[in-house]
Amino acid sequence: MSSDVHYTLHHPKWYRRRVSVWWWLQKRSYAQFVLRELTSVFVAFFAVVSLWQLHALGEGPEAYAHFMARLKSPLFLALHGVTFLFVLFHSITWFNLAPTAIVVRLRGKRVPDFVIAGMNYLVWLVASAAVAWLLLRG
Amino acid sequence: MAETITLSVARYRPEEEAEPTVQTYEVPYRKDWVVLDALNYIKDQLDGSLSFRWSCRMGVCGSCGMTVNGEPKLTCAVFLSDYLPGPIRVEPLQYFPIVRDLVVDISDFLEKLQKVKPWIILKEEKPLSEGEYRQTPDQLDTYKQFSMCINCMLCYAACPIYGLEPGFVGPAAIALAQRYNLDSRDMGAQERLDILSQKGGIWDCTFVGECTKVCPENVDPAGAIQQYKLAGAAHWFKSLLLPWGAK
Repeated sequence: MSSDVHYTLHHPKWYRRRVSVWWWLQKRSYAQFVLRELTSVFVAFFAVVSLWQLHALGEGPEAYAHFMARLKSPLFLALHGVTFLFVLFHSITWFNLAPTAIVVRLRGKRVPDFVIAGMNYLVWLVASAAVAWLLLRG
Repeated sequence: MAETITLSVARYRPEEEAEPTVQTYEVPYRKDWVVLDALNYIKDQLDGSLSFRWSCRMGVCGSCGMTVNGEPKLTCAVFLSDYLPGPIRVEPLQYFPIVRDLVVDISDFLEKLQKVKPWIILKEEKPLSEGEYRQTPDQLDTYKQFSMCINCMLCYAACPIYGLEPGFVGPAAIALAQRYNLDSRDMGAQERLDILSQKGGIWDCTFVGECTKVCPENVDPAGAIQQYKLAGAAHWFKSLLLPWGAK
């Protein structure tokens, strides 16, 4: 019996484990979750760039041309490539989780998960097609 | 086929040691034995000092939840054959204080469960002469899934948020709150929302989703919490747009 432990009959000594800082590496699903949370940084980055673009547009054609030229720098291209991957991961994992949060009942029966997720994907597709049409028609 | 299988069992004897240790036991391998059978064999034949909780042996009582090979499981529901060739690591449920060996202190869960008022709240009782509170099968269906919870706490042991934020009310308690919110007879949704909108409530959940994966009764606590958030946000919007009509 070690000397630093004192046992009293009616006051048991509970053992509390500390959660490791690396808890998110213990399971694949935890790591995936943390990665999903991390995507928000890139979503925010893209939002800021878009706001910046709007600002440049308001400043006049010269400022806008300057902004667009800056976007074509290798650093921005690489950042946008990474951002695209993260935003894609964000969107797909989010749409796959949507049926858990959205419960729709039709005639007393719950609408199946794939229909809810499918609707999300459909709206995404239509919105993307609309944006692509707007940008690429010229 | 192996005749025995090794169990590495976490031991914690507060009168003897300052932190948990591991003890290994060789138990007979039987195809029809669950991990709990092996633990009972150890208790009966090898080492009577091993402590663990169990009761029904059939996935109803929710007492025998432990961590088996790193995953929260009901030990009465996982077979030795699922873990061949072994060894099988048996530890107490994560994030709860360990009282002894595989026994954890569950009072935190019990307090939180009570806090969310998991019972039917009526503003006023109908007179007996009006008969029972009736429900259609569809009305039953809206909350039935969440009512299947057996309070086994596997979802708490799977939830890193509960581990990191001990103030979090946690998956099962919120699922049970939602079970009563969705009950057509209940009138307590607002009271529960007031409690669960606070710190430690639904907004602490960041939707890791593990609670739903480990639930032995398919309760889907993650779904309950997200649906609760949606209802909470809708209620907040309504009170913003129609401040006079929300409450």
